[in-house]
Amino acid sequence: MESNHLIELVNVTKEYSGEKALDNINLYIRNGEFLTLLGPSGCGKTTMLRIIAGFTMPTNGDVYLDGKRVNEVPPYKRRVNTVFQKYALFTHLNVFDNVAFGLKLKKVGKKEIQRRVESILELVNLKGYERRWIDQLSGGQQQRVAIARALVNDPEVLLLDEPLSALDKKLRKDMQVELKRMQQAVGITFVYVTHDQEEALTMSDTVVVMNEGKIQQIGTPQDIYNEPKNKFVAQFIGESNIIDGVMLQDYLVSFKGSAYQCVDTGFEPNEPVDVVIRPEDVDIVPLGSAPLTGVITDVVFMGVHYAITVNCNEFSLMVHTTDYVPVGEHVSVQILPDAIHVMKKPKTLDESEAIEATQEMKAIEEGMDAEEQ
Amino acid sequence: MKRSVFATPYIVWMIMFIVIPMLFILYSAFIKDGQFTLEYVRQAMESPKYMNVLLRSIVIALISTALCLLIGYPVAYILSNMKKSTAAILSMFFILPMWMNFLLRTYAWQVVLADNGVLNMLLTSLGFPKGEFMYTQGAVLLVTVYNFLPFMILPIYTVLSKIDRSHIEAAHDLGANSIKTFFKVVLPLSVPGIISGITMVFIPAITTFAISRLIGGKNVALYGDLIEEKIVSSGSLGLGSVLSIILLVLVIISIFVMHRMEVEQGNEEGGTLW
Repeated sequence: MESNHLIELVNVTKEYSGEKALDNINLYIRNGEFLTLLGPSGCGKTTMLRIIAGFTMPTNGDVYLDGKRVNEVPPYKRRVNTVFQKYALFTHLNVFDNVAFGLKLKKVGKKEIQRRVESILELVNLKGYERRWIDQLSGGQQQRVAIARALVNDPEVLLLDEPLSALDKKLRKDMQVELKRMQQAVGITFVYVTHDQEEALTMSDTVVVMNEGKIQQIGTPQDIYNEPKNKFVAQFIGESNIIDGVMLQDYLVSFKGSAYQCVDTGFEPNEPVDVVIRPEDVDIVPLGSAPLTGVITDVVFMGVHYAITVNCNEFSLMVHTTDYVPVGEHVSVQILPDAIHVMKKPKTLDESEAIEATQEMKAIEEGMDAEEQ
Repeated sequence: MKRSVFATPYIVWMIMFIVIPMLFILYSAFIKDGQFTLEYVRQAMESPKYMNVLLRSIVIALISTALCLLIGYPVAYILSNMKKSTAAILSMFFILPMWMNFLLRTYAWQVVLADNGVLNMLLTSLGFPKGEFMYTQGAVLLVTVYNFLPFMILPIYTVLSKIDRSHIEAAHDLGANSIKTFFKVVLPLSVPGIISGITMVFIPAITTFAISRLIGGKNVALYGDLIEEKIVSSGSLGLGSVLSIILLVLVIISIFVMHRMEVEQGNEEGGTLW
């Protein structure tokens, strides 16, 4: 077992009256990383966070914290702290006493409390707000108090449940940067839950994409964005053109009546596949300079780029480009081999991953057994 | 047409049945034979008998408020932790007696507590000696608590059930076990409900005269009985008016104190029923 696996979920399933909120989850979280659980509402990400925090017990499977099984350990005995979605600050206490709440319970000395609260308030840029009441603070400031209240306890893991969802867009962007800064400053493992793909890509070291209680893909933001494993991930992260296709042979895929060079291998001959093409990977070129041609049907100015829809007889293709092309113009569309991502059709998608995970978990269990003996 | 026009009937009502009677009370308290007088005030303050009754009223009101809080808070707490539908059915049982007239309920207790009443029948059938319950301070306390308990439970229940579940989880998360969570988070957050419950029990309890008359008789006469006796029986309108004013001042002071406590809590809206 690698020593830097701080949290491990092994075959974790959670059922609510027969409905599976989490379906056989296997996941490890490394010490010091910023990991994001990303998915639409109802995908099980918050349930997973609550299981790590100890508010919810898994129906099946085990949770390990720092190598110890913690299924039955109540939340107040775990060195894990949570930043709640609606902050859950104590309105009967001022900022100082809110932040000092956990330290006082641990019977930390008065001077030490004073010192630690002050330094954490400085970290979250709330120096001088000690005596303020919670309802005298703006949403962004309350957010910072909630983070300070959790971080001051020096937890092994900080869990954040969609903490930025109540803030306006500008503030949310600032807080994303700040959160990352705080995480790097304190070096604590952050587990962050969000449905906002941009948040996930901006802040995380590792992104876990979830849907319907299952992990769809685990990887760095770059991996997740550039190499989505299946149709769901491709659709959920960024914008995509997803087209039905057939893998003719290695490096050759066919869709909408034409064959294209690609960089993917390892499929059965003539296997049906999903073809993902990111809009920014496609180029509009003068008519005749590429085999695929079409007519511009829609142009929307998006600020940095134009979102252009090209109707290529059989299908329409979304293209993001900084060059303006008027509606009605006949053009060619260039799709280079590395712009094409070929994915297996759903059902068989994460089998290989599951096998990998079980093998690893077995190794862990053996390691644990050996330790016990 | 201004919208304030719709308030006219209420204002007329208020003037006729609140303002004018109050002026009458002030008049009869301080005017005798067309002259300003403090004689009634002197009588009311100097007589140890009146002062003793006042003291007894305050003590009984305080004790019954404390008992209501002691019984009511756990009930409200248990209700607030139940499933909403179960809690609704159970709280019906507390509200149900309130649908019956207050006097009827009090008369019913006479039947229970009387020398040959239900309680004594029960005791003798079990082989215990008969007890004397009527016309005791304990009986007055019991019936006062019985009558006013719902007014303590409801505001506390309202506040407790409004406390966001995540506050409790946050306390657990920060290292508090269930007992510490209760004393450090739940109890402080429910103070507005407690204050409003105390106000709603203490004020009717200190001004009651029906319970003490029907259950306490001559032995446990309260300030309300005194006022009633002075005005109705002995026709001493002036003294009765002064006693009323003293009680009114007491009530105003206690409301003021409660309000101050609530403001200090930094929670002015709270879960009050007022």
